[in-house]
Amino acid sequence: MTTIVIPRPGDPGPAASTERPVYEIQRLSKTYARNELVALQGVNLSLHRGEFVSVVGSSGCGKSTLLKIMAGLLPPTTGRVVLEGKPVLGPRADIGMMFQQATLLPWKTTLENIVLPIEIRNGRSAAKAASGRALELLRLVGLGDFANVYPGELSGGMAQRASICRMLVADPAVLLLDEPFSALDELTRDFMNMELQRICMERQATAFLVTHSLAEAVILSDRILVMKPRPGRVIEEVKIDLPRPRTLEMINTPRFGEIVAHIRDLLGKEAFV
Amino acid sequence: MSNVSDVSNADTVWIEKDALIDRIPRSVAMALLFIVVVAIWDLVTRMGWVSPIILPSPAETLADLIFVGQNLISGQYMLEALWTTTLTVFYAFLIATAIGFSLGVLVGETKFGERAVMPYLVAIDTMPKVAFAPLFIAWLGFDISSKVALAAFIATFPIVVATAAGLYAASENERMLFKSIGASRMQTLLRLKLPTGLPYIFTGLKIAAVGVMAGAIMGEFLGGGKGFGALIRQSASQMNTPRVFALIIYLSLLGLALYFTVVWVQRRLVFWNKSDQPGAIG
Repeated sequence: MTTIVIPRPGDPGPAASTERPVYEIQRLSKTYARNELVALQGVNLSLHRGEFVSVVGSSGCGKSTLLKIMAGLLPPTTGRVVLEGKPVLGPRADIGMMFQQATLLPWKTTLENIVLPIEIRNGRSAAKAASGRALELLRLVGLGDFANVYPGELSGGMAQRASICRMLVADPAVLLLDEPFSALDELTRDFMNMELQRICMERQATAFLVTHSLAEAVILSDRILVMKPRPGRVIEEVKIDLPRPRTLEMINTPRFGEIVAHIRDLLGKEAFV
Repeated sequence: MSNVSDVSNADTVWIEKDALIDRIPRSVAMALLFIVVVAIWDLVTRMGWVSPIILPSPAETLADLIFVGQNLISGQYMLEALWTTTLTVFYAFLIATAIGFSLGVLVGETKFGERAVMPYLVAIDTMPKVAFAPLFIAWLGFDISSKVALAAFIATFPIVVATAAGLYAASENERMLFKSIGASRMQTLLRLKLPTGLPYIFTGLKIAAVGVMAGAIMGEFLGGGKGFGALIRQSASQMNTPRVFALIIYLSLLGLALYFTVVWVQRRLVFWNKSDQPGAIG
């Protein structure tokens, strides 16, 4: 250990000219001891900078377990789980998460909610110092005028946009999205997906999405992992070759239809009974 | 379908009508009910259907209400009795809140509390707690402290249960959020579970406010002393029923004051929860 190179985020440094993946998972398996259920078996996955990867599959295929392990909320049984060269041994500041519900605390203003991760990790004064950045993020998602409003006054879509800001406030290396828009109505959901794409492209964000919606996965992703249950495993990786930026009109193109049909085929009928 | 052809070009305008009984405003409805009840009461006593020892007439009760009111305002012995009961209720409520909240956190936050403490609490809670009154009197004597103990004992359990339930109220996603942003157990308790549980805790406090009144009066019935309960018992033993009624009415004001103080604090503290818990008026 004579020289220590600390790469800045966004700058892989000279040592990694082949660009090491941001997130790397090898031979991951998870068995729940309680009922000897094999939730995941032999999962390999790498996320590169700026890449958007989704996972689809029927319920019980282990996709939520995979996400929880990636977030450091659940320990794996075997395998390597490495983010930015460091093994994931618990929740980390460089992991941003978004949930099915916006989960904004109703007794805090929108702005206070957004700096919550900083408040919890680094204290009140650090949170105060971050409020400028939080305000910038709110403007990015079009909520600049709602910084000092309580979440009770936000619509479902606005609340989820605020929770995007909360996810981004600590400038995480990877974004983990757990069916983030599934509680929204379809029109809002389409709009939010386009917003998410715009934000991810602007920030060169590395994102991992768990979803039930094939259309949502196809419109957002560079790659889709198709998973099957018992045991939970990845059966195919589907590359999405639609050009960026994606638009909602692409949903009506033949290519889009082909991809969705292919994934539906892979999942098979038994996934839905 | 015979009148399809009758449809003209006129707009379809119609008004949905509430039944008459649903259209009476609150103040009028309350006054109306009061008048009806008093009228029936008056009729029953005037016709001599019920002995005046069992049920005094409204006029007699009003006269006693004024008498007791004058006594209270001029600061005589009844005011002293009311003050004694007020202090009993106040201390008991504070003690019940402190102990109930602490036990509630123990039960709701730790596995040990849930597994070991809760079964015993449930066992004690199912006992008729008034039966402990002789014990409290034996341990603490005939002054205010034995009444405080009984009242606090009765009021503690709803606060324990409400606090524990409140700590469970945070959703799975909210817990996951706190875990994912690296919150410690203490941070999760203080910044997520307790604020989320506040509406539950206040429901418990409202039940406790009622329980503490009942406990204080029962204590004074059974253990004597200088409180309002002792006055009531004394009047009852003298067959002075109008006095008993008057005293109960003034006593209920004390209960209302405590209850609405809790409601007021809840409104200030739980400002985000617009939909009030059932049981809160207005």
